[in-house]
Amino acid sequence: MKNKYKASIFFLFFIFCFVVFYKGLNNPNIYTPNIKVKKNIPLFKAKDFNSKVYINSEKIFDENKYYIVNIWASWCVPCIKEHPLLMELSINQSIKIIGLNYRDNLNNAKKFINEYGNPYTQILIDSDGTLAVEFGAYGVPETLIIDKNKKIIKKFVGPINEETVQEIKSIIK
Amino acid sequence: MLANQIGYYSLILGLLFSFLLCGVSIRDFNNSNKRVNQNIFTLLFLQLTFVVVSFLSLILSFVNSDFGNETVFNNSHTTKPIFYKIVGTWGNHEGSLLLWILVLTLFIFLFLVKSREQPKKYRILTLLFQQLIIIGFFLFVLTTSNPFNYLFPTPAEGLGLNPILQDPALAIHPPLLYLGYVGSSIIFSASLAAVTQNYISKKWGQHIKKWILISWVFLTIGIMLGSIWAYYELGWGGFWFWDPVENVSLMPWLTLTALLHCILVLERRTALTSWVVILSITTFTLSMCGTFLVRSGILNSVHTFANDPARGIFILIFLFILIFLALGIFFLFHKENKKDLNNFFWLSRESSIMVNNWFMMYFLSVVLIGTVYPIFLDVISSEKISVGPPFYHKLIAPFLAPFLLFMALGPKLQWIKSKIEKKNSLIIFFIISVVLTFSILKNITVDFLFYTILISAAFFLFFTTLKKLFSKKFINVSQVIAHFGFSLFILAILFNGILSSEIITNIKVGEKYNFNKSEIFFKKIEEKKEINFNSIIGHFRITNEKGKVVELKPEIRIYNQPEIITSEADIKTTLLEDKFLVMNIVKGDEYFNIRYQIKPFMLWIWVSVLLLSLGGLISLFKNKYEK
Repeated sequence: MKNKYKASIFFLFFIFCFVVFYKGLNNPNIYTPNIKVKKNIPLFKAKDFNSKVYINSEKIFDENKYYIVNIWASWCVPCIKEHPLLMELSINQSIKIIGLNYRDNLNNAKKFINEYGNPYTQILIDSDGTLAVEFGAYGVPETLIIDKNKKIIKKFVGPINEETVQEIKSIIK
Repeated sequence: MLANQIGYYSLILGLLFSFLLCGVSIRDFNNSNKRVNQNIFTLLFLQLTFVVVSFLSLILSFVNSDFGNETVFNNSHTTKPIFYKIVGTWGNHEGSLLLWILVLTLFIFLFLVKSREQPKKYRILTLLFQQLIIIGFFLFVLTTSNPFNYLFPTPAEGLGLNPILQDPALAIHPPLLYLGYVGSSIIFSASLAAVTQNYISKKWGQHIKKWILISWVFLTIGIMLGSIWAYYELGWGGFWFWDPVENVSLMPWLTLTALLHCILVLERRTALTSWVVILSITTFTLSMCGTFLVRSGILNSVHTFANDPARGIFILIFLFILIFLALGIFFLFHKENKKDLNNFFWLSRESSIMVNNWFMMYFLSVVLIGTVYPIFLDVISSEKISVGPPFYHKLIAPFLAPFLLFMALGPKLQWIKSKIEKKNSLIIFFIISVVLTFSILKNITVDFLFYTILISAAFFLFFTTLKKLFSKKFINVSQVIAHFGFSLFILAILFNGILSSEIITNIKVGEKYNFNKSEIFFKKIEEKKEINFNSIIGHFRITNEKGKVVELKPEIRIYNQPEIITSEADIKTTLLEDKFLVMNIVKGDEYFNIRYQIKPFMLWIWVSVLLLSLGGLISLFKNKYEK
């Protein structure tokens, strides 16, 4: 009797696991978390992609503009997909796009930029992924919107699409 | 083109033989004849032959660069050296699954040949369960990942093999890992068969131990090779990143290690039977679960070759069919042998093995939760999180110290009932360990108390096993070597973590860079041409504070197909430390960006893992069991 009880618990547990995994498979890979408290951008020091000089975060976000922080890597396939949209956003003069090159090989990253274009006003190197953690990132790609008060107001996990671009544009207006 | 056809039809024939084998086995199962029907051996041999033919024809397609084959087209190129053409066969999703089937059929054939002393019904049932797994994989390959899809018109050139995969370590890493994984499938089938036949006994324990050791040794070396590859090819400057892919290989290793220790009890007397069965089931389930997590695209990683949800769903359903089958069999047939189970004193070798089991289960749950929790959370609350190294370090490290102490003391206990002997030498060793750790750590600025406890425990295990190693009585050599290897492993990674240092700077030819009384001198640049890449080699001379000189030649490779630039680190390995130098091009500039790392005791990490597997190997080839 006791055995039957145990067995049914086990079966139920594994059925639950199955359902979770099944749903996980079909989950879309883009996601917009709710940001209830607008967080300040973290203070950090990061190496610039081109000059290889360390820059303070205050200096990066010093203009009275909207900033977009985009976390990307050359090995990340979805990053290639969202890149044209970033290029489209980069035409807009009222925003600055900062690229955070996440756990990447520098040469591959350069190759990536040469091939797909450079939408970023500045690229920071995050070779061990700690900077992305500072920003509370979940993975690559990820896009954060920072308002004029230097607060993170929106976050897009996964590659951005046409809809997100419209949303970003409406936020900036 | 012909090879392609042969490969495809051999694969289908292999599947047909599976069905035939099931039919013949079921008929033979009820036959009163004491011996297994000879036809089964013939059929099994034919099945193996067809899978081998299929695999060889895929290799042939790769060697001939037959781009009419979709797998070859996606993963090879005419300019690849022959070695990487062959290696490319299993460097992709489809080919690696074919390799998986090859190992599955090979192992069950060997199992049947090598188990002649075992009861007939048990052997046939094992064969049936194993064929079930094989059929699952055949269907998976044929329906979702056929390696012999052909393209028309035939493309003139292939897309090329990912350069990070063009590496000798990667040529043997997947096959070895698969031998480990698939070995666990035999343990799975055999334990299910033994449960239904109520045959979980001393005799079964002695017989299955060999298979457990085989998969354990292969799994250990397979994981190590993957780690070596990540160390010098990914260039992240470390050997373990707690990446989901690494975790899924570690999880079956933990359960297999626990199983290995349980079987030491079972081969003496019928005890811990539930543990043995459950661990056998979990080990294989975790291997399959790893395949699912890595191949379905539910987690993104270096190993996610293609993101095809159909594949994920297939493996998921297959995995759960196996889980439910195993659970059903376990609950229906397994009878706990009550009178024997708790028949050992609290201070005995058996109870120390139980302690080991619980430690392993703890480590397993930490790794398991870290790996799957993000998926669960995502589905249930659509919140996303990522779990990084600090999570694992925080949860594992505190339990490592008592675990090491138990590892040192456990083997000193007698079976069934014991008291600790030779207390004096143990106390002396303990004091030496603490003092030694203290004197080493006092000059280093680290989290002092934490590291003192951890390193003392590791030293304690190190000394106690070292003493055993030099005592002339060769009792339990395999265990002593394995435990010694483990203490060395922990010491090496701890000191590596504490003492590593790194310099990153930009430098041009002819320039010198000075740091802490050391100097890096960039002598010159050399260019070279190979068939599949061009390379730029930097010549560096590094003088350390004692005036010792090392020459390092890191390389930048520009692969032609696909056009990718990779940095090859130059690593000088000495007994005490690795000197690791990588360089990168800084665009439009004569400067190169270099990263110079000193990583102490890297060599010892690999050596200790080899010692660990050597322990397993010795145990495998030793006929008499340990005292």
